[in-house]
Amino acid sequence: MKVFKLVFMLAVALSASLFAQSQPPATPTPAALEGFVPMSAAAPREELPATPLVFYAYAFVWLALIGYVFLTWRRTARVEQDLAAVQRRLQDGPRGR
Amino acid sequence: MQGRSSLVPILLGVAAVMFAASPFLIDAAPYESTMGLIQRIFYYHVPSAMVMFTSAFVCGIASVTYLVKRTPGSDATALAAAELVVVFGLIVLVTGPIWARKAWGVWWVWDAKLTSAFVLWLIFVSYLLLRRFAGAGSELLAAAVGVFGMANVPFVYWSVNVWRSIHPTTTVIPSLIPEMRVPFYWCVIAFQVLYLALLLVRVRLERSRLTLEAIYAEIED
Amino acid sequence: MKFLSTVWTIARKDLVIEARSRELAYTTLFFAVSVVLVFSFSFVVEGVALTDAAAGIIWVAIAFSGTLALGRTFERERQADTLKALLLSPAERPAVYLGKLAGVLLLMIVVEAFMVPLVGLLFQAPLGRAPWRLMALLLTGTLGFAAVGTLFAAMLIRAHSRDVLLPVLLYPITVPLVIAGVRGTASIFAAEPNLAGAQAWLSMLVFFDAVFLTLALWVFGPVMSE
Repeated sequence: MKVFKLVFMLAVALSASLFAQSQPPATPTPAALEGFVPMSAAAPREELPATPLVFYAYAFVWLALIGYVFLTWRRTARVEQDLAAVQRRLQDGPRGR
Repeated sequence: MQGRSSLVPILLGVAAVMFAASPFLIDAAPYESTMGLIQRIFYYHVPSAMVMFTSAFVCGIASVTYLVKRTPGSDATALAAAELVVVFGLIVLVTGPIWARKAWGVWWVWDAKLTSAFVLWLIFVSYLLLRRFAGAGSELLAAAVGVFGMANVPFVYWSVNVWRSIHPTTTVIPSLIPEMRVPFYWCVIAFQVLYLALLLVRVRLERSRLTLEAIYAEIED
Repeated sequence: MKFLSTVWTIARKDLVIEARSRELAYTTLFFAVSVVLVFSFSFVVEGVALTDAAAGIIWVAIAFSGTLALGRTFERERQADTLKALLLSPAERPAVYLGKLAGVLLLMIVVEAFMVPLVGLLFQAPLGRAPWRLMALLLTGTLGFAAVGTLFAAMLIRAHSRDVLLPVLLYPITVPLVIAGVRGTASIFAAEPNLAGAQAWLSMLVFFDAVFLTLALWVFGPVMSE
């Protein structure tokens, strides 16, 4: 079994080195987006207003995170309620009615 | 467990404060010239993606631990991490197209990074589906999926990237000027702190749930 | 070599059963051909196929018919509860995994041996342009798909909703493999073939196979211990 483990590790290592040697085609980077350039003189000619979209994006993030926190908090409360009830039952049970 | 319960509120508090402050910091940063206002989405989109990848690795490592040690804690962590991959992944997959719609006119351009995020998201959705619907013993099966999912991250990234490099890509996260770095790293830290808090909360919920189930099982005997 | 003889015994068992009825071979092959036909309707416009349609259709057919073959192979085991017997036997777990993998792989190769020439015929795809590279792509891609699929199908054998969960789990994880297979095959079939590109995709497939085969061998034992 150890032999096979060794063989497979070797296979992984060999194929990794083979793979690393084959270069994928170079990604063309558009020169226009090389770096951020701060906006100085505005020249707005866009048709689609950006402000509502930015608002929706941020609103979604906040809602998703708050929603998840809320859901988890509610589930935790319910489980802890059940746990407390079960603990009480266990304590009352053996003590007799 | 008692000692840890004070850490979570602190983390949540810190995260809440940082998130509340973030819009102001973001607003103070200069606009980017080619994309203008819509580029602001970047400050929440990229940190979410970073959390998504972090969580995928947490799930993978917890899954390996579970396969080897079978501790309930590692299983709870794997499940919590997978859920958070799906939550933060959803944020990435919604904010990304909103940004794309304004920046490039269409909702989806099969951009390499977003497509990779989509595939990874699907892998962890399938993890959750498995745990929900496969019945008894699904924790063990899901651990295998978690390990495979984590191992797959470099392959997904590489293959989608080369697939897209034939056509010119329009997405590049360019280098940041200093005025933009502050709000960006602020958001990165805010998201990571929030992630840690959510992970701990969710793990605690899962462990409580497992304890409850174990008690029920004992009672029934 | 006890390990190898175990692998061969298990694989041979599946082959013998299959040779008697040929149920899986016929049905999976027919299904693959049907998939080719159905997808052709989407991708052939006025008698002309869209670019790279042939390569895409080959790999879609491999993925779909492979899923079917995996499901049926393990359904057989489930009905007779023979997998549990195999796992309880002194046979080493990885040997059981490899034996099942060999059976599935052989079945898929047989299906592809018919399906790929058919696609070549229907789409005038130049199968002879780089036959060894093409076969290597098909083999490594199928091996990777079968490796992950055999593990998932085996581990789902006693799960609820196993029929739908197998493709649900399998397809997202094998995405890099399908991308590599399709793009590699398309590089060979293209009007201006890019054989170096096909080579790059092939080396990714080899790497993928090595990693995931190793992972599957390691995970199979712990995951099946119920």
